[in-house]
Amino acid sequence: MHKDLLRLARAERGVRIHLACCLAAAVVAGLLVLVQAELLAGVLSGRFAVAALLPLALVVGCRGLLGWAQGVLAGRAATALKSALRRLLLGRVEGLGPAYRSGELVTLAGRGLDALDPYLTGYLPSVAVAGIVPLAVVVRLFVADLATAVIVVLTLPLIPIFGALVGWTTKTVTERQWRALSRLGGHFLDVVRGLPTLRAFGRARYQASVIREVAEAHRAATMRTLRVAFLSSLVLELVASLSLALVAVPVGLRLLSGSLDLRTALLVLLLAPEAYLPLRAMGTRFHAAMEGVAAADEAFAVINPPREAGHEAGPVAARTGAGRASRDGGPPEIRLEDVTVRYPGREETALDRVSLVIRPGERVAIVGPSGAGKSTLLHLLLGFVTPSEGRVLVDGTDLAGLDLDEWRRRLAFVPQRPHLFATSVADNIALGSAAGPAEIRAAAEAAQVAEFAGALPQGYDTPLGERGANLSAGQRQRVALARAFCRPAAQVLLLDEPTARLDGRSEAAIVEATRRLAEGRTAIIVAHRPAMIDLADRVVRLDGGALVGPVPAPSISTQGGEAR
Amino acid sequence: MSHADASPLSVVTGTGMGRRLVLAALAGAAADLAGVALIASAAWLITRAAEQPPLAALSVAIVAVRAFATTRGVFRYGERLAGHDVALRAQAGTRERLYRALIPAGPLPQRGADLLSRMVDDTDAVQDLLVRCLLPAAAALITGVAAVVIAGFLLPVAAVVLAAGLLVAGVLLPAGAAAAARRWSARIAPARADLAARVADLVHGAADLAAYGARDRALSAAMDADGRLSRLERGQARINAAALGLGMLTQGLTVVAVVLAAQAAGLDRVATAVAALTSLVAFEPALPLAAAGERFAGVVAALRRLRETAATPPAVREPADPAPAPEPPLTIEVDDLLVRHGERRPALNGVSLTLTPGRRVAVVGPSGAGKSTLLSALMRTVEIESGTIRLNGTDVRRLSSDDVRALVTGLTQDPYVFQATVADNLRLAGPQASTEEVEAAVRRARLDAWTERTGWDTVLGEDGRTVSGGQLQRLALARALLYDPPVLLLDEPAEALDEETADLLMADLLDATRGRTTVLVTHRLHGLEQVDEIVVLEGGRVTQRGTHADLVAVPGYYRDLWESEALTRRRG
Repeated sequence: MHKDLLRLARAERGVRIHLACCLAAAVVAGLLVLVQAELLAGVLSGRFAVAALLPLALVVGCRGLLGWAQGVLAGRAATALKSALRRLLLGRVEGLGPAYRSGELVTLAGRGLDALDPYLTGYLPSVAVAGIVPLAVVVRLFVADLATAVIVVLTLPLIPIFGALVGWTTKTVTERQWRALSRLGGHFLDVVRGLPTLRAFGRARYQASVIREVAEAHRAATMRTLRVAFLSSLVLELVASLSLALVAVPVGLRLLSGSLDLRTALLVLLLAPEAYLPLRAMGTRFHAAMEGVAAADEAFAVINPPREAGHEAGPVAARTGAGRASRDGGPPEIRLEDVTVRYPGREETALDRVSLVIRPGERVAIVGPSGAGKSTLLHLLLGFVTPSEGRVLVDGTDLAGLDLDEWRRRLAFVPQRPHLFATSVADNIALGSAAGPAEIRAAAEAAQVAEFAGALPQGYDTPLGERGANLSAGQRQRVALARAFCRPAAQVLLLDEPTARLDGRSEAAIVEATRRLAEGRTAIIVAHRPAMIDLADRVVRLDGGALVGPVPAPSISTQGGEAR
Repeated sequence: MSHADASPLSVVTGTGMGRRLVLAALAGAAADLAGVALIASAAWLITRAAEQPPLAALSVAIVAVRAFATTRGVFRYGERLAGHDVALRAQAGTRERLYRALIPAGPLPQRGADLLSRMVDDTDAVQDLLVRCLLPAAAALITGVAAVVIAGFLLPVAAVVLAAGLLVAGVLLPAGAAAAARRWSARIAPARADLAARVADLVHGAADLAAYGARDRALSAAMDADGRLSRLERGQARINAAALGLGMLTQGLTVVAVVLAAQAAGLDRVATAVAALTSLVAFEPALPLAAAGERFAGVVAALRRLRETAATPPAVREPADPAPAPEPPLTIEVDDLLVRHGERRPALNGVSLTLTPGRRVAVVGPSGAGKSTLLSALMRTVEIESGTIRLNGTDVRRLSSDDVRALVTGLTQDPYVFQATVADNLRLAGPQASTEEVEAAVRRARLDAWTERTGWDTVLGEDGRTVSGGQLQRLALARALLYDPPVLLLDEPAEALDEETADLLMADLLDATRGRTTVLVTHRLHGLEQVDEIVVLEGGRVTQRGTHADLVAVPGYYRDLWESEALTRRRG
């Protein structure tokens, strides 16, 4: 069994018990086949009376019941294990940082884990059965008829041996072919995705024949491989059925000579195939099971990521620092001292020796070309990234020593592309706060959400579609601003290009709302439109991660000297 | 509609497919029959031998046992080969037909990447339909009938009992499993979508959640959704387990009943054993059908989705009798154009524009203003609701859309990089172009340094080398320049480039398009003093038009944007 998966299955009580019971049910059902064969041979040979059909029916009933129980328990174990994995995966989200391929993670935590089902519900029970039942059958055969037992014992290992042999010789070819086959699916997806581009250059129709040719070439190649790959199943099938012939014919001849009784002969005939069956059943489930293992590997790669050496800045895991900012009253003073931020795997610095003092209650606009480090500066203050060099001081206390959750409670953040959650408008506004309906209304009013929320089908209870798709960019931005309004205790406002991608009317509304929100608070606004920049007391220009040009704030020295 | 083939997605079409399918089914049936015959002849051999007849009486049975034992594996091998061959052919055909159905511009671009990849997954359903559902069902049917006939020769009552048991295991249980799977997936699908939405919230909204300290609540909401899905999945597992258990029960009880009937009828020992063991083995192909029934429900749903996709009406109506394509040089006249996506307010409303040969027009405006829709209308990938677009006086609705795009095209929104080499990715816009022409287009798109570094034969795309936004944009631009249409459309050619490169690229572009009919959609105003006309679109309407000098002279969107660009522009 998969190492990490096994550890997890052991740790989770729901998984452990259900999985153990499921495997036990599978094995007992497998062993009942022996009893069934015993009774059937007895009845057919005339040794047992017709009345023996009753226990036979009972055994059959038990097998059906155990089969049902096995399925139910396997379902329970599988869902419990998937839930446990999902919890671990989702718990890792914050630590992965925004750079992680989020689409893949969403797929993995959703449909991706379903690949574990065939592994847990099919493969594992078949392994348990294959480990015990053939052994029991062989023991019974030894007791019943030595000659048959010898034949079975000699031929039985041929199944794993041939399976491994054929599998081994064809493994690389088969794998290459399966990869080619999935590439073929990839090619088709590729062409369909690129259809608008193909259309633009008049190549769409031509690609239809390419699809046909590529598929035909792959089919021919695949069939060449399958001809060899299916040999393994041919060999297994032949070993199993020829062994039956090997057993049946000598048994018949010995019956003829009277050296064997009919009941034993029938028992041998019924039992011999049962020795091979579990091994073959395990083999047929192997491929699907490997997909489950691959999914588990993928999940554990996220859960237990390999540690990167020399890993410098980048995302921070959840942290519960002990420190507290010195005073809790008004907005804090924020001071950046020679802060440099480097993202892992990137050579250039995102922020380069930035020193900046933001006085309590000051409104600072940050401007600069895209990629200049404006958003990084906000992420730094939010604690999403940590400085590689230098430090960030909040009222004189290093941000690295602060309790991040507590610090973030003093912030209100409106990102460039706010995420709207798949819940109601009201819940989206109240995100993370315990605000009541009245407070939510007030926030919505202030951020000018009210004017469009009223027109929504269910007002503030209207659920927002996947990623808030049914609101315009301007409306989404206003919902995000309302979030900030919904935190009256927030002292520092962090806004990331709140009017980017908005038309003139929406922009005016946002600027007005921002002006009111910024009253009595520190505001750090990444901006590029004049109206928003006009709000600021001071404009700070970033380029290539560094502060450039004068910072026109006459009362402040950027050396970080006497800011008070 | 003049589609020759009845359904674009009928599973088995093409010459020889029917024959191959029958062959595969026969091979499968032969393998199963050999299995039944092997057990029946072995049972006969043993019970008859117990009566100690002369050896000659057994020789046929001995040969039969050995023959069936050998042929079973061989037939199985044949079935698997033939089945996979026919399934691969069917899948290839399905994909090709689906693709052909998608070629007329449909509403595809608006769909998410997930839906698209699910559609491709759905074409795999055809393989499952054949290999996992139809072929095993056919083999089970033939084997079942044969077993019933054998039992009928021995004892008609036993045949009736066996037939009833096989009907339960091979028809009733699979049908029940299929019906249950349909019902359960109708309940599970929304639960799955709910979980996916919450997981997506948690992942895509990670920054918002962290900033607002709302992560724990979102996590527990996701785990609640997981709990609801788990409960439903457990319910489905119970149903499937019941089908499995009932199948085993049916098999066992049928054998018991056959023996009982044989004993009651006073059948001799040989016939009883043959009837009992034949019945036992006859169930082997029938039992897996319950799982096949479950899969069948999924396959049917997948095929229905594919049919719906293929049946989506194309975005533009093609004329029954297209007018001949106009000859360049082209004059484009757009008059009072109205375009609407779905039921929403018009994406373009009352837009007029004249493009005489050699004239260059820039379109600016906030996102969502209808800039890209205007280009789509010019390319005939969205339908015109009212107003006209004329090429040299011919209404585009009278032209085939392929002809329109051969004349009016260029760099479109969301250009795509195929999983192919750098050279192939470029050459798709000019399969006949000479190496010099390709290199010239690459140089003019300022992509030469990158192609030099990357190499012409490097594979790009998902499995290959990743392409940054800026490189992608320049690659798309090189394609457009290589294609060299009479009217060049450029949708945000400098998007995702750093400022310096963007300035250089725009300067080059404006240089390269001098004297060439061009529509340029852009966010950047730098250099627009060179174009003949600037059209400002806001909310689907033209709010301003004129030259750069005209527009900066009056208050409005253009002047605001110009001032803010000047403010954020790098100094010096």
